[in-house]
Amino acid sequence: MTASELSVLIFHTSNHAFRAEKLLKQADFVCKLVPVPRHLSSECGVCLRLETARVEAALEVLKAGRVDIDRVERLS
Amino acid sequence: MTAPSLLYLDNAATSWPKPPVVAEAMLRFMEQVGANPGRSGHRLSIEAGRLVESARESVCSLFNAPDPLRVVFGANVTEALNLVLYGLLRPGDHVITTSMEHNAMMRPLRHLEREGVELTVLPCRADGTLDIGLLQPAIRKNTVLIAMMHASNVAGTLLPVAEAGRIARQHGLLLLVDSAATAGAVPIDMEACAIDLLAFTGHKSLFGPTGTGGLIIGERVDPNRIRPLMRGGTGSRSEYEEQPEFLPDRFESGTLNVVGLAGLNAGIDWILERGVVALQAELREKTQALIDGLKDIPGVQVHGTHDARWQTACVSFNVEGLSSSEAGFRLDEEFGIQVRIGLHCAPAAHRTLGTFPAGSIRFAPGLFTSRAEIEQAVAAVRSLAR
Repeated sequence: MTASELSVLIFHTSNHAFRAEKLLKQADFVCKLVPVPRHLSSECGVCLRLETARVEAALEVLKAGRVDIDRVERLS
Repeated sequence: MTAPSLLYLDNAATSWPKPPVVAEAMLRFMEQVGANPGRSGHRLSIEAGRLVESARESVCSLFNAPDPLRVVFGANVTEALNLVLYGLLRPGDHVITTSMEHNAMMRPLRHLEREGVELTVLPCRADGTLDIGLLQPAIRKNTVLIAMMHASNVAGTLLPVAEAGRIARQHGLLLLVDSAATAGAVPIDMEACAIDLLAFTGHKSLFGPTGTGGLIIGERVDPNRIRPLMRGGTGSRSEYEEQPEFLPDRFESGTLNVVGLAGLNAGIDWILERGVVALQAELREKTQALIDGLKDIPGVQVHGTHDARWQTACVSFNVEGLSSSEAGFRLDEEFGIQVRIGLHCAPAAHRTLGTFPAGSIRFAPGLFTSRAEIEQAVAAVRSLAR
């Protein structure tokens, strides 16, 4: 796993993605809302892209902030 | 803002004028964002989604609610009350309310009563206050909900929601509060008052535009107990033809009123910058001046407690020998004063106050009403009462 490897957090709804972005940015994470890759989900909305190395820490923040996530997918 | 010849005293119907930031935020959204939140992945849709999230957070800050994802936006407080009452209550359930309720609460309850829900209406005193000692004896084995307003839209009288919340918790009941008359004007702390379901409207003391409002669902409430009023597109789980269960999507079908929420968000932030307690103090002073001025006029009967500490900035009164409709017409025609007259969609409250079916004249000043305007309004009534 390299520092530049990216993953996406996929949520049940974009509402959760926007909440997650807010919580992670408040905690100084570098992340970006991007369209959900079509091969990963039928969602119409957005998911949150960040470095794979930061995923575990991000999940902790989201758990504390009561944001459920659907799943994590690596982008490669 | 207000033309010099007009004196708007109908803020209990809808606040006007609004802080200028409200219209500015709405215009900015229309001109620069404009997209549908949560439906697409492009930057304008993301910007719209962020705005809705920001509005949820502002609502939580104002009412001390813990989780923005449990804020459900809708058209107004009526929709929020209908969502809870029709979604939660089943035939055989018992619900307790008060005799000061607005028809937004009372009509759904009376309809549900005909469908087999048991209803107890706690009688309030003639000044609109509620003896909270009546609540506990009214609780039955099948009671599930206490549903009450925070303050009367007729006499402004505050009802003891914190005490009701304490009793609700002791008995494992849910408390639904209609905050239409108080949200933004009176501090509301969902945690401290043990409010499980807070219904709010955006266009009164929150300074949002009409068509905004919602419901905050407390942590003790299982959302699956509440059937949605509507089902439809949410931008989520689009492969399924069934409504998602998670919040807020379960109760937010169809595109939200995002331009309205832009205004509501700006209105709430304007309030948060100043603090509800400070704004309440400002309004109290004006309200007391209005009450004192009116009740000193011979032939004028002011309803309620006559004490601004126990009510909102909403003062109802009658002038001896003058119908409320005649008074309202003359106030507008001769003095340029806009008020609401009649029954204010609250026949139960008027029965309680002893003003049914004649109704009353209601003066509802706002934060932008000056002391001089209060005096102008009192002078107009003095002239009518002659």
